[in-house]
Amino acid sequence: MNVIVYANTNQNKVHKSAFEATSYASQFASKHGGKVTALATAEAEGLEELGKYGADKVLQINDSKLADFKPELIAKALKAAAEAEQAEVVVLSHDLSGKSVAPILAALTKGGLVSGAVDLPNTDDGFVVKKAVFSGKAFAHTKINAEMKIISVMPNSIEKKENSKESNIESFDAALGDSRLNVVEQKMESTDLPLTEADKVVSAGRGLKGPENWEIIEELAKELGAATACSRPVSDMDWRPHHEHVGQTGVAIRPNLYIAIGISGAIQHLAGVNQSKVIVVINTDPEAPFFKSADYGIVGDAFDVVPKLIEAAKEMNLASN
Amino acid sequence: MKILVCISKVPDTTAKIAFTENNTKFDTNGVQFIVNPYDEWYALVRGLEIKEAQGGSVTVLNVGGAENDPTIRKALAIGADDAVRINFEAKDALATATQIAEFAKAENYDMVLFGKETIDYNGSQVGGMVAALLDQPFISNASKLEMDGNKGKVERDIQGGKEVIEVEAPFVLSAAKGMAEARIPNMRGIMAARTKPLKVVEASASADATEVVSYELPPAKGDVKLVDADNPAELLELLRNEAKII
Ligand SMILES: Cc1cc2nc3c(=O)[nH]c(=O)nc-3n(C[C@H](O)[C@H](O)[C@H](O)COP(=O)(O)OP(=O)(O)OC[C@H]3O[C@@H](n4cnc5c(N)ncnc54)[C@H](O)[C@@H]3O)c2cc1C
Ligand SMILES: Nc1ncnc2c1ncn2[C@@H]1O[C@H](COP(=O)(O)O)[C@@H](O)[C@H]1O
Repeated sequence: MNVIVYANTNQNKVHKSAFEATSYASQFASKHGGKVTALATAEAEGLEELGKYGADKVLQINDSKLADFKPELIAKALKAAAEAEQAEVVVLSHDLSGKSVAPILAALTKGGLVSGAVDLPNTDDGFVVKKAVFSGKAFAHTKINAEMKIISVMPNSIEKKENSKESNIESFDAALGDSRLNVVEQKMESTDLPLTEADKVVSAGRGLKGPENWEIIEELAKELGAATACSRPVSDMDWRPHHEHVGQTGVAIRPNLYIAIGISGAIQHLAGVNQSKVIVVINTDPEAPFFKSADYGIVGDAFDVVPKLIEAAKEMNLASN
Repeated sequence: MKILVCISKVPDTTAKIAFTENNTKFDTNGVQFIVNPYDEWYALVRGLEIKEAQGGSVTVLNVGGAENDPTIRKALAIGADDAVRINFEAKDALATATQIAEFAKAENYDMVLFGKETIDYNGSQVGGMVAALLDQPFISNASKLEMDGNKGKVERDIQGGKEVIEVEAPFVLSAAKGMAEARIPNMRGIMAARTKPLKVVEASASADATEVVSYELPPAKGDVKLVDADNPAELLELLRNEAKII
């Protein structure tokens, strides 16, 4: 089965999650036979690297209208590419781009979409994909009955495996028509390490008492090479920017390490972080519910424990790793 | 503005997640159901605010069985004018979207609003599918929506930031945090909701493009390993040598 991958970009650079999607497609194609073709916009940079993760070919859409994010046109281009390559499977990342493009593509192709896949398809009995449901509290094995199979892969859940191919970059013409969305302004975050991509996250809650106390959180994050996050009340009170809010109503993340400081561990908070590989909780209250979901914990005062952790991290020279 | 808000019924955020019938069905025993938070807090409330400012109507639509009616009444209590339920057991997003699009096509709404995702299936699917089926523009994960006549100015979350977009009605939008402040229904709203119209529409035939064959709970976490507060360096040692993640 041939596979098409959408090589999504962030400020024109091919995104880490696109390499994960490519590796997913390539692992599937190696098992079932078939070619992997990645599709990218005209402005995309860093396409050479797609070959490293198993793209046999890269198609670059010959249309400058896609300089802004136009989900409808990208869905049309993916459909055209799938027809051109006789592909029955399309793989995207389940990030903000995939969440917009994949459903449009599914409707255009009458395809079956599994969003937020966390494992490769199982084809023992049909075509079944495992995905996270109930905000990470369970998984659903979802069977795709339609001919066109569309999978959006949960970021940070599939290991990128190198599988180098000599992939050519070709220009791709498709009649996409015009978008009815007129992008008038972009406000990009300046942070070097977007939360959803961070491999380590240091997060703090109402236990920190006020925004003026976040210096120790930022410093610990810096020493560990981690991004910073917060609980919902903290962003509601504007102690921290809204994009740091994790949980059911904020962003869902699944880093390798999540350190929760002064956060009680309400179920709605856990919903956004419980897929982290290792959870560390620092809280004055030994009865805080978060300890039940934690791998490691320290019962103690953040204002005492965190500075000591920073010192220890400096001594171990973790930042340079 | 003639506004349609699509609402889904989901288990309360604190519900215990368990499965029955050999892990093929969600166990509804003792579970409270609510309107999906994104649909209620953001899509519905913003729809109501636009109606209050510009006039028009807000209809809520649910695809599902009669057991959903009490949840639909909750949305009427928040302030929607009337409700429609398409009598169809929604299993697959594309089948659900097909039902919604069939209905909306005949009604010529100025906007069809969705939540960014349901908190049970976490699909982020139905809204985009309806947009494509209606051949209307789709703005996903919108955190602001201002209307000036039929001209909309929308802010949406994109990877790495936000974008401001201009779009003309009719359009389809999925709502995220920031769109509006949640409203709590008052007694008058709850009383009025009892007598507001809730129309039941029979479903057209549609096939399921996907189906859940089984569910699985993640393996239980072992006990937490506690480190002494006086020696946090030990935590870093454990993260390095035992968990091997730093
Ligand atoms: C429908 C719904 C959706 C929600 N969505 C979200 C969401 O997406 N994300 C989210 O986070 N919340 C969400 N919430 C809110 C959630 O229920 C909790 O209220 C919230 O997570 C609590 O935040 P917190 O842990 O920072 O504060 P608190 O619950 O006040 O906890 C503070 C913790 O800090 C500890 N502490 C105090 N002082 C110190 C100290 N000096 N050192 C160390 N520890 C200390 C305390 O023991 C306590 O455990 C939602 C709620 C609802 C109803
Ligand atoms: N059965 C349903 N009836 C009406 N609207 C729905 C239904 N299921 C989902 N929706 C809408 O589609 C959005 C996205 O749902 P999902 O694709 O399941 O994440 C929800 O936030 C609702 O606005």
